Amino acid sequence: MEKTVNHKAWLLVLPAFLLVAFSAIIPLMTVVNYSVQDTFGNNQFFWNGVGWYQELLDPSSELGGRFFVSLWRNLAFSAIVLAIEIPLGIVVALSMPREGWAVAASLVILALPLLIPWNVVGTIWQIFGRSDIGLLGFALGKLGLDYNYVSNPIDAWMTIVVMDVWHWTSLVALLCYAGLKSIPDAFYQAASIDGASRWAVFTAIQLPKMKRVLLIAVLLRFMDSFMIYTEPFVVTGGGPGNSTTFLSIELVKLALGQFDLGKAAALSIVYNLIVLIVCWVFYTVMTNAGEDRRPAGEGGS
Amino acid sequence: MACIELVDLAHSYNGGNADPSTFALKPLSMTWRQGGAYALLGPSGCGKTTLLNIISGIVKPTRGKILFDGTDVTPLSTERRNIAQVFQFPVIYDTMTVGQNLAFPLKNRGVPRGEIEARVSEIARLLDLAADLPRKANRLSADAKQKISLGRGLVRANVAAILFDEPLTVIDPALKWELRSKLKTLHRALDLTMIYVTHDQTEALTFADTVVVMHDGAVVQTGTPEALFERPEHTFVGYFIGSPGMNVVPGEVHGREARIAGHAIGLDRTYGALPTGARIEIGVRPEFVGIAKPAPGLLSARIERIDDLGRKRFAWVRVGDLKMAASVPPDMSPHMLSGGEAGLVFSPRQIHVYADSRRVEGTA
Repeated sequence: MEKTVNHKAWLLVLPAFLLVAFSAIIPLMTVVNYSVQDTFGNNQFFWNGVGWYQELLDPSSELGGRFFVSLWRNLAFSAIVLAIEIPLGIVVALSMPREGWAVAASLVILALPLLIPWNVVGTIWQIFGRSDIGLLGFALGKLGLDYNYVSNPIDAWMTIVVMDVWHWTSLVALLCYAGLKSIPDAFYQAASIDGASRWAVFTAIQLPKMKRVLLIAVLLRFMDSFMIYTEPFVVTGGGPGNSTTFLSIELVKLALGQFDLGKAAALSIVYNLIVLIVCWVFYTVMTNAGEDRRPAGEGGS
Repeated sequence: MACIELVDLAHSYNGGNADPSTFALKPLSMTWRQGGAYALLGPSGCGKTTLLNIISGIVKPTRGKILFDGTDVTPLSTERRNIAQVFQFPVIYDTMTVGQNLAFPLKNRGVPRGEIEARVSEIARLLDLAADLPRKANRLSADAKQKISLGRGLVRANVAAILFDEPLTVIDPALKWELRSKLKTLHRALDLTMIYVTHDQTEALTFADTVVVMHDGAVVQTGTPEALFERPEHTFVGYFIGSPGMNVVPGEVHGREARIAGHAIGLDRTYGALPTGARIEIGVRPEFVGIAKPAPGLLSARIERIDDLGRKRFAWVRVGDLKMAASVPPDMSPHMLSGGEAGLVFSPRQIHVYADSRRVEGTA
């Protein structure tokens, strides 16, 4: 069939294009623009080329040093949080009821932490962990543990990790639960006829069927934890010292505290690229994992 | 391998105290012979899948017992009953290769590795899957996946029976024949009891030596495909088997004579006293009603439509208020049919008499 060329079609794309332009492309370009300039206030800007980027990626400079320290801090935080939340979410999803009133009840309870605004979560844990009036901090103190997130970096980290696990494991559990619910009964019946153990049912049926939702869960939790700002800012303000200063907190300090728009813009761009790259790597690895590799010599089609 | 007996089996999804007329499976007793190929045939919702799931142990019956070779297995789990089941949609373990899928039931039972390999390659050969053994199972087509599901049942030595729950639902029509004849070959080669649930009469009649027709939670007839065709014991069997289904029309029967719409038709057998007050119906398959030129002595009918099925032509006719289907003789020319008026010729041997939907046996 002959296809007619009709340029009016571009008009139909225009609204979507404008929307994306104003919501994403133009703001992003503003940041790119800042990142190649220096400012001394008074709305005066001077061309700086890739200077900020060079400084940022050089660990021996002041800016680069701060950047790499918080970058590793962020990666460590995401790794810890993923290593706890993903297995825990799966376990929670597996132990949730399958039918009856208990389904609705457990869904509501699980959804509760997700409905609380971030800064409220931070405030809750900030008070909860205080050693003078906080239920947790006070109880730990009474038990003889020397717990104080204000002065001890390890305690501060543990508080933030536990807070994040409390806040977000539900999301992983709900996604996994949805994945589990989509498995037809016949799979479980076949597995029981095949004499599969509980563990074999998990590895042969449930885990493979949850692969897609787990991919989404890992991506969401990585992005969110890598960009975490509000909760640690409310609980520890980045301290004690700089021990919980994550990239986002560093960025706000640069942009709003020191008003170094050029440095902050360069950091934003690099930050953004890191998130994109890591997500792309996750996605590629997880979608290709376990794919059929044809034996060598057998021609693919 | 086993002979399966069902003793007073009944099932209700609403518990044992529910009204017996609402039971998904009405009380029944029957025996499935070792090595038989059975089909459970019936429309959706007639209880055939319930019966199958009771035999496999997925559903616990409300009443009654299941015996395998005389041993009561009613309380045993699916796994311990040693049966295999193939489901409507292929169940395969996605992350495993075809070979690992076939080995899975043996691995779970702790069979030594050497023995597993021998069994798997033997079954793969039987199912023509040998070349696919190292491939990921989820890359195969639906019919190959269904063969894997079947293979996982076959690898186990001494399975009591293989149950099929509408296994060809998702298979291409062209491949259905192939897979069905594969099943028949396997049945002959392995001497296994096979029970095949379907609502497709062609599938049931080509697969099974014995067809069990179910209707509304009860078994209405058990017999060979020929018996179901020639002597339907219940009007439902008449409708459901055969295409088009049997003509069942109200009539009167006295001795060796039936009356349809006031017209007398001679019968092959004598019917004595029929149950008084029963609804009497005459059943005759369209294959045994012929269209002829209107003539005195023939039941006259108006032709409404002709269906040409290629090998055969059927005429849909109206006799008074009654609708019937009849065969058109191959040599009958179109202009004879165009008039619209015809006479119906009955084969007396193939006319059945039903009282309240159940067939009444006449005497010769």
